[in-house]
Amino acid sequence: MLDTKLWELLIDSFPKMLMPGLTVTMPLTLISFTLALIIATVTALVQFANIKGLKQLARFYIWVVRGTPLLVQLFIVFYGLPHVGLLIDSFPAAVMVFSINSGAYCAETIRAALEAVPHGQLEAGYCVGLSYLQTIRRIVLPQALRTAFPSLFNSLISMVKDTSLTTCITVTEMFMVTQRIAARTYEHLALYIEVAVIYLIFSTVLTKVQTWGEKKLNYYGRKAD
Amino acid sequence: MLEIKNIKKSFGSLKVLDGVDLKVEKGDVIAILGPSGSGKTTLLRCLNFLEKADEGILTFDGEEYDLPRTSKKAIADMRKKTAFVFQNYNLFENKTALQNVTEGLVIGRKMNKNEAHDIAMKALQKVGLSDRASHYPQQLSGGQQQRVAIARAIATNPKIIFFDEPTSALDPELTGEVLAVMRQLADEGMTMLVVTHEIGFARTVSNRVVFMDGGSIVESGDSRTFFESPREERTRAFLRLIGDSMAE
Repeated sequence: MLDTKLWELLIDSFPKMLMPGLTVTMPLTLISFTLALIIATVTALVQFANIKGLKQLARFYIWVVRGTPLLVQLFIVFYGLPHVGLLIDSFPAAVMVFSINSGAYCAETIRAALEAVPHGQLEAGYCVGLSYLQTIRRIVLPQALRTAFPSLFNSLISMVKDTSLTTCITVTEMFMVTQRIAARTYEHLALYIEVAVIYLIFSTVLTKVQTWGEKKLNYYGRKAD
Repeated sequence: MLEIKNIKKSFGSLKVLDGVDLKVEKGDVIAILGPSGSGKTTLLRCLNFLEKADEGILTFDGEEYDLPRTSKKAIADMRKKTAFVFQNYNLFENKTALQNVTEGLVIGRKMNKNEAHDIAMKALQKVGLSDRASHYPQQLSGGQQQRVAIARAIATNPKIIFFDEPTSALDPELTGEVLAVMRQLADEGMTMLVVTHEIGFARTVSNRVVFMDGGSIVESGDSRTFFESPREERTRAFLRLIGDSMAE
């Protein structure tokens, strides 16, 4: 079973894994997800507003991004684009791919949530003298984001774990550091379980944030029954 | 004050409005009656451009609108002089009762917040809900929500209010409170165009009744004549039907 030496290794490597978790994995996730939300909101709105041309462009973007593997997208941007003269460092390349990738999924979440807001509230908006954009911004979007919130958190939590893929494009994040320690010490099982536990801790914290956020957003009462 | 000429509207091959004319004078309270599918709701929605009519001229407050060819700007300006009360209330669910009323004032009309607050509170007081100002729609009963919707309508000081079956979604015991508010507005001289199934309201509050069937107006006149001596056979059949269902 776990002998003293292994315990020492695990305790010793814990901060070594946690540090890149806090300085690389989390910033990568938070920056990418913020950008993803912006992309997603715009992509969802041009579809909801039925803007010709842009709507088709949005569908094309979602089709391509959802239909191809994340790992392949990472490789195209990091290893592929340099061949046409576009050299992007590993971290910004990761941010780019993650925001574009997650943006496509979140766009569908937000679009569905926009469509779930009763159409009558849009009409009521026009009738009290609001413009289309004012009605969207003040009435429809806030309600849609509440509906979308739990699903958006799904995407966020997925992204935290997916950042482990960036080890393949040389980002020195948590999982790469773990691999290096494992290569040196041959304690693969214990170390990979340890890093899994750290991912689990991150996800748990985010789940708590989600619960707190849902309570906050529920200020105007339950959805109509 | 409001006049429409030859308004026509089809949904696909279905003719919903087949050449309707109507004239509304200031202070009129007009009840629009008719069986389901007669086009009365569509008529009301066309007047506020919620549906685009295929044909028809609207004259309102000195301006003329060619219904299918009115610019967005003209529509927005026209809507600011009118108000609409929906069957399903359509309150903004993410706003309190008070915010529902101030929204059109502060955002739609650029009024300053304090002034809007005072006007909104007065409007809520009028519908008897000043103690519910900070409640969200989900925390109010259907009757209360519809009264907030009426407060939202009157706060903008409209020249006419369109009511689209304002009590149809309510439990019978809640229709009274909404009708009472509408009666009060009528007494104060508000011009109202009301699509309704409430025969009692049409009989006692409205000064004119319009009876629609099959996309056109079958009969219209002052409400007393309408109910006591209807001219058209279809009107008589409709009133008999309503009378029977009320007797049950």
